[in-house]
Amino acid sequence: METIKAMTGDEVAAETIRQINPDVMAAYPITPQTEIVQIFSEFVANGLVDTEMVRVESEHSAMSACVGAASAGARAMTATSANGLALMWEIVYIAASLRLPIVMPVVNRALSGPINIHCDHSDSMGARDSGWIQLYSENCQEIYDNLIQAVRIAEDKSVLLPVMVTFDGFIISHGTERVKILEDEQVRKFIGKYNPRYPLLDIDNPVTYGPLDLFDYYFEHKRQQVEAMKNALDVIKKIGGEYAQLSGRSYDLIEEFGSPDADLVVIAAGSTAGTVKGAIEELKEEGINAKLLKIRAFRPFPQDEIKQSLRKVAVVAVMDRSASFGAVGGPIFLEVRSALLDEERRVPVVNYIYGLGGRNIGIEDIKKVFQDLIQIKKTGKVKNLVNYLGVRE
Amino acid sequence: MPSLKDLSKKEELFSSGHRLCPGCGAPIIVRQVLLAVDTPVVVGCATGCLEVGTTIYPFTAWKMPWIHNAFENAASTISGVEAAYRSLKRQGKIDKEIRFIAFGGDGGTYDIGIQSLSGALERGHRFLYICYDNEAYMNTGIQRSSASPRGASTTTSPAGKAIPEGKTEYRKDLTQIVAAHNIPYVAQASPGYYNDLMKKVQKALSANGPSFINILSPCPRGWRYPADQTIEIAKLAVLSGFWPLYEIENGKYRITYKPRKKKPLKDWLESQGRFRHLLKEENKKVVEELQKNIEEKEKKLLALAGENA
Repeated sequence: METIKAMTGDEVAAETIRQINPDVMAAYPITPQTEIVQIFSEFVANGLVDTEMVRVESEHSAMSACVGAASAGARAMTATSANGLALMWEIVYIAASLRLPIVMPVVNRALSGPINIHCDHSDSMGARDSGWIQLYSENCQEIYDNLIQAVRIAEDKSVLLPVMVTFDGFIISHGTERVKILEDEQVRKFIGKYNPRYPLLDIDNPVTYGPLDLFDYYFEHKRQQVEAMKNALDVIKKIGGEYAQLSGRSYDLIEEFGSPDADLVVIAAGSTAGTVKGAIEELKEEGINAKLLKIRAFRPFPQDEIKQSLRKVAVVAVMDRSASFGAVGGPIFLEVRSALLDEERRVPVVNYIYGLGGRNIGIEDIKKVFQDLIQIKKTGKVKNLVNYLGVRE
Repeated sequence: MPSLKDLSKKEELFSSGHRLCPGCGAPIIVRQVLLAVDTPVVVGCATGCLEVGTTIYPFTAWKMPWIHNAFENAASTISGVEAAYRSLKRQGKIDKEIRFIAFGGDGGTYDIGIQSLSGALERGHRFLYICYDNEAYMNTGIQRSSASPRGASTTTSPAGKAIPEGKTEYRKDLTQIVAAHNIPYVAQASPGYYNDLMKKVQKALSANGPSFINILSPCPRGWRYPADQTIEIAKLAVLSGFWPLYEIENGKYRITYKPRKKKPLKDWLESQGRFRHLLKEENKKVVEELQKNIEEKEKKLLALAGENA
């Protein structure tokens, strides 16, 4: 049965990868992801996994080796952060377009420059159009649960797309929490054996991976990729349901927290969702009804679930831990606002850009956001569409 | 080595009908390499002429499992394939013996792919990397690379009034850089000497670790010579001392072919339009320096091979 352990986010990620037991792990150290690689290297050194570990000379080669390994027919994984993700960028797109079910923890860290090692979502948000499924984890338990489910989601025949499982650098990666760990056998049974359809190593049935694809076929291949991402919506829900049977913890595309009938809503992804939960509990004691809508899957974007969840609310604040320079607002805000555009009833949606470069965000900050929402509800007026929370101006 | 007659009966793993230029050195090299292979192979390819000319979707010229990922990562990509093979073999999921070969041009190997190559060599993956070196970025239209020889006129190092010699820098010696990784087998070859080339491929594939062969790949378009002269040009490179044929087997140097009668470098320069400007009076000194450079390099190589000049 399950055991309960005190672990940091990176420790959980490494332990989960041990349980997944991938055929190949190619990785390069980068703060704050490094501990994952270190701990996993110990597992390899002690013979606890079947994994062939490829200690590459860069993240670009990490993703390149994963593409090679996954095409060969192996279950392949890597892990990275910020600049590491940026360096592998080109191959991140290729992994998705070759429809390779690679699973990669991304420990969210601010993208340079200036160089900064702390949390924000500029790294993974920048990769939002790369064709990878993105699952954001609120805490250590979710890292564990998301990584296990990611293997199934990625390898589902109607999906075949790579998955990033993100969690906040230092806040979660280096924060110790209580985590429920399943038995190895339970995890391995849940993820099952990997049956690649066209492995390179099937010498008797040779295939060509990565040919030149011009105007006569490229568009159709991209169209299929769009469809696969759409299919992932149902698959994520389905796998979430199956995982609930196994673990007792259920997962959906989004999560709601707080009074179901509350009409003040904050939308957040990552560890801040936990902070919002804390704020909501305090507000409840103060007699204010509030709600959190947590984005678990940002890609594919669960627009129907979000619309449904916001159908009766009065006002919405979207928390973005990254800026989209020159855009109307942050990436989550843009998607949410666009999803609500064709709703019959118009709900005011405001954006809060916060926490860039690891700037702390606390319960008091979130309560301020709810106070703003109360004002908007009262007056019907939005003073600032995009707000910058916790910055000196 | 099997005779030419036997080789002509062997099934070719690289099909005709591809779209590389007439006279291109790359497909000749690929055929020679693959004819030397007796074990099943998986082939990787860097972006470049060879890749775009042989795999326009939905067609492929490759009859074995083949993968192209990007420009700079043929080595790291094949290292991932090889790692998967080792993992699955150890787990008893695969039982066949398979070898791994990556092809990259000089742009994808000397320049943008050198880090990926260096990393894969250091990690000790068992694979053969073949650089088909046509001495410039031919796929994008003959731009200079670090493999372009001094004096070559390319579209980004044209010979002009202010810079009459074309490319002013000597080329990078990648074979020596690779040798510094102390891998089991390193060699230089030319498609003008197919026997030598194929023997090297067989030695490379039997090495228990990484191996590398740098193969000069004449390019009629970029080097400016008639397309039916490719093999002659590939021979002239060796006969003039421009492209010595040698190997380094477990650290031991051996010159694999010594021309009985050497040709002057000038013959090599005269054979190609990319060097035409060097024959002008104003570039006389450059040609002298190029000749001297070749002789110095030859002396060094002879010393490394333990032979007297």
